[in-house]
Amino acid sequence: MGFRCSLKIKRQEKPGAAPYWQTFSSEAGGEATVAAALREINDRTPLTDLDGGRAMPISWECACLQRKCGACAMRVNGAPRLACSAFLSEFPGGEIVLEPLGKFPVISDLTVDRSVIFERMKQARLWLEEKAYLSGRRHEVSYQSARCLMCGCCLEVCPNFGAAEDFGGALLSVNAYRTLEQSSGGGHKKEMSEAYRKLYFSGCGGSLACHQICPLELPVEELLLRSNAVAVWGR
Amino acid sequence: MSARAIVVGSGLAGLFAALEAAEQGVPAALISVRPSERAQSVMAEGGINAALGEDDSTENHYNDTMAAGRFLADPNAVCKLTAAAPGIVRRLLDLGVLFNMRGHDEPELRYFGGQKIKRTVFAQSGSGKQIMSAVIQEARKYEARGLITRYDRHAFAGLAVGDNGCTGCSIRKAYSGEMTYLHGSVIIAAGGMHGLFGGTTGSLDNSGAVTAALFRTGVPLANGEFIQYHPTTAAMPGKRLLISEAARGEGGRLFVLRDGKPYYFMEDRYPELGNLSPRDVISREMWSLGEQVYLDLTGLPDEVFRARLSDTLDDCLTHLRIDPRQNPIPVAPGVHYFMGGIFVDENHRTAFPGLYAAGECCCQYHGANRLGGNSLLGAIFGGIAAAHSALADGPQAIGGEYLPPDTEQSAEDRIATQTIVRDALGIARDRAELENGIATLEGLPGSMPLLARAIMTGALERRESRGAHLRTDYLEQNDTGFRKTTVVSYDGGTISARFENIPERR
Ligand SMILES: Cc1cc2nc3c(=O)[nH]c(=O)nc-3n(C[C@H](O)[C@H](O)[C@H](O)COP(=O)(O)OP(=O)(O)OC[C@H]3O[C@@H](n4cnc5c(N)ncnc54)[C@H](O)[C@@H]3O)c2cc1C
Ligand code: SF4
Ligand code: SF4
Ligand code: FES
Repeated sequence: MGFRCSLKIKRQEKPGAAPYWQTFSSEAGGEATVAAALREINDRTPLTDLDGGRAMPISWECACLQRKCGACAMRVNGAPRLACSAFLSEFPGGEIVLEPLGKFPVISDLTVDRSVIFERMKQARLWLEEKAYLSGRRHEVSYQSARCLMCGCCLEVCPNFGAAEDFGGALLSVNAYRTLEQSSGGGHKKEMSEAYRKLYFSGCGGSLACHQICPLELPVEELLLRSNAVAVWGR
Repeated sequence: MSARAIVVGSGLAGLFAALEAAEQGVPAALISVRPSERAQSVMAEGGINAALGEDDSTENHYNDTMAAGRFLADPNAVCKLTAAAPGIVRRLLDLGVLFNMRGHDEPELRYFGGQKIKRTVFAQSGSGKQIMSAVIQEARKYEARGLITRYDRHAFAGLAVGDNGCTGCSIRKAYSGEMTYLHGSVIIAAGGMHGLFGGTTGSLDNSGAVTAALFRTGVPLANGEFIQYHPTTAAMPGKRLLISEAARGEGGRLFVLRDGKPYYFMEDRYPELGNLSPRDVISREMWSLGEQVYLDLTGLPDEVFRARLSDTLDDCLTHLRIDPRQNPIPVAPGVHYFMGGIFVDENHRTAFPGLYAAGECCCQYHGANRLGGNSLLGAIFGGIAAAHSALADGPQAIGGEYLPPDTEQSAEDRIATQTIVRDALGIARDRAELENGIATLEGLPGSMPLLARAIMTGALERRESRGAHLRTDYLEQNDTGFRKTTVVSYDGGTISARFENIPERR
């Protein structure tokens, strides 16, 4: 306790509205997360900002509060993070700047529209048409592939990803691994591989920006290489 | 127009309901406040039960489920559930779920609470996430075929009700407020009533608002007073962190300090099941001890943390800043699961024709206390069963009236409601607290306080102690009076509770 900080938040009422900055003080304590601080602020009655002015509740997404659902991704001091595992004590300067993820259209404040992620997964035809082929050898890597939260942090740092283009970014490749690996071959696997080349392989510039950013510390590099190996080089 | 299934909630129960419809060629609308990846089902860690061991049988699984639920569950429903469990696990394997395996195609089993036999299939300690990833993938196939249509970022608004029951529902898009009116059978799979309490182990999205709106409309609730306090939860900012029962299944031990030394109270007092006694038993023991309890995992091999408790280890390191390999974890009981909810029959029909419910939002399978590992199972089986009933009944004719939506609760009213609920519906209850809770809630507007009053009314009328319901003024279990289902309903003016007989096993 006794840890004070301020949260400077980029706000925007709705799509198309002009963004503005608003700062709130927080005494949530150093062991608290950005998520806990945001919830505490939104629970205040009346809700006032640092200067005592009235403020509207801050719009942001969160559900699990424990790094399991990917809802709370946002930019924290410039870097994409999950608010529920960004601890206030990591930012000793006292000012924490929160912005919405920049690669997706803003819906309101820190809430963005990430539906393109799910659209790409559909376009990539990532599903099985037959029973999963379970190979013990690849169990752990496939397990990691299925852990992806679809949070979008890896897309945020990718120089080649933009919501309007048809490049799926690292998460597409991360997810594709398990499905490709479990597909026993045939027409659908071919279709998936083709879609993969179009939606991932041909668009990735190999800049490696996505390798270290994953909040779950998934083995992103390994998964990209392995997915490429299966979909592009036929393993 | 072809029959349409409207599924509210896209966690495990909702996904399986939509899949069941889609597989039969019936288009399903899948509505949820956030995509499936964000549903509470992804948070489940420990695993899913199925009688797959050589020393096990579906009858054993049935017996353990009924006994843990203090014989309040519907025996015919539980019978079907446990019989279906092995097949459900095989189906999950076929969908590509990466359970821990022994040999090539047999899933490994672990010990879980309330069961003497290893019966819990698991994927390290990320079982819910691994299951959800595979099931979401299967649903994606039907989305691409146009048989499942998602309405993410939409909340349930209100039912459409005609002369013969429910004819559809309206949904509201978040932020824009845009309304959509849907016609068809409605399957509710909107999760437990975690928002009544706040600060539970569950997801913030499971507010209980859908259950509250339905109750106000006249849909009865059952067994709402049975609220599971999980014995091993730890304080973290804004919520309780669950330390999965898997930790005890793998050898974790509970103790309190006596003269500076650990006293393993569960092992001493309950030699048969010890640290793996049913959750209600352990939580009650902890409550009566009234001391700080610790969960000791320090004796477990590194390999167990790596291959079987990876998420649990990660949770403790990140959110508690405790290394469970080095230090015991201070734990306390916390609200975790709602055994009661929307009243459904064994085939998941509610009291309104055309309206069904499945998963944690409904009252099925767990009676007075749920066995760990049975709720993922109940969500899957219930989702399928609800869709099955909906398809068999067919949709109601068009023409119901769309009821107006609830207004959202203000932060102030929500906090007030939660405070009253936490005070009156603790592990131990008594008449004065419950009456006081009900009276205080009467001053608060909206459906959530009404739902809270309904649950307190059931708790007040159930003048006995059973499973998760502990009345300090009625400590005994009373089978003649209360081996029955609590049914609470609302007629637009008053809340009333009655006790219905539980069906005999066929
Ligand atoms: C930390 C934790 C660990 C657990 N571990 C286990 C375990 O090991 N084994 C086990 O068997 N069980 C476990 N459980 C319990 C189990 O996870 C849940 O009971 C189960 O997942 C519930 O599934 P569901 O489909 O009913 O609901 P959920 O997965 O909770 O989904 C609810 C859905 O409803 C939607 N929704 C909510 N409100 C609205 C609204 N107003 N309008 C529209 N949509 C709405 C949500 O967006 C979501 O899609 C655990 C629970 C927790 C919290
Ligand atoms: S390697 Fe670079 S271009 Fe490729 S997905 Fe990662 S960040 Fe994007
Ligand atoms: S790979 Fe990591 S950063 Fe990218 S979406 Fe998945 S969890 Fe998020
Ligand atoms: S709220 Fe679920 S990951 Fe942060």
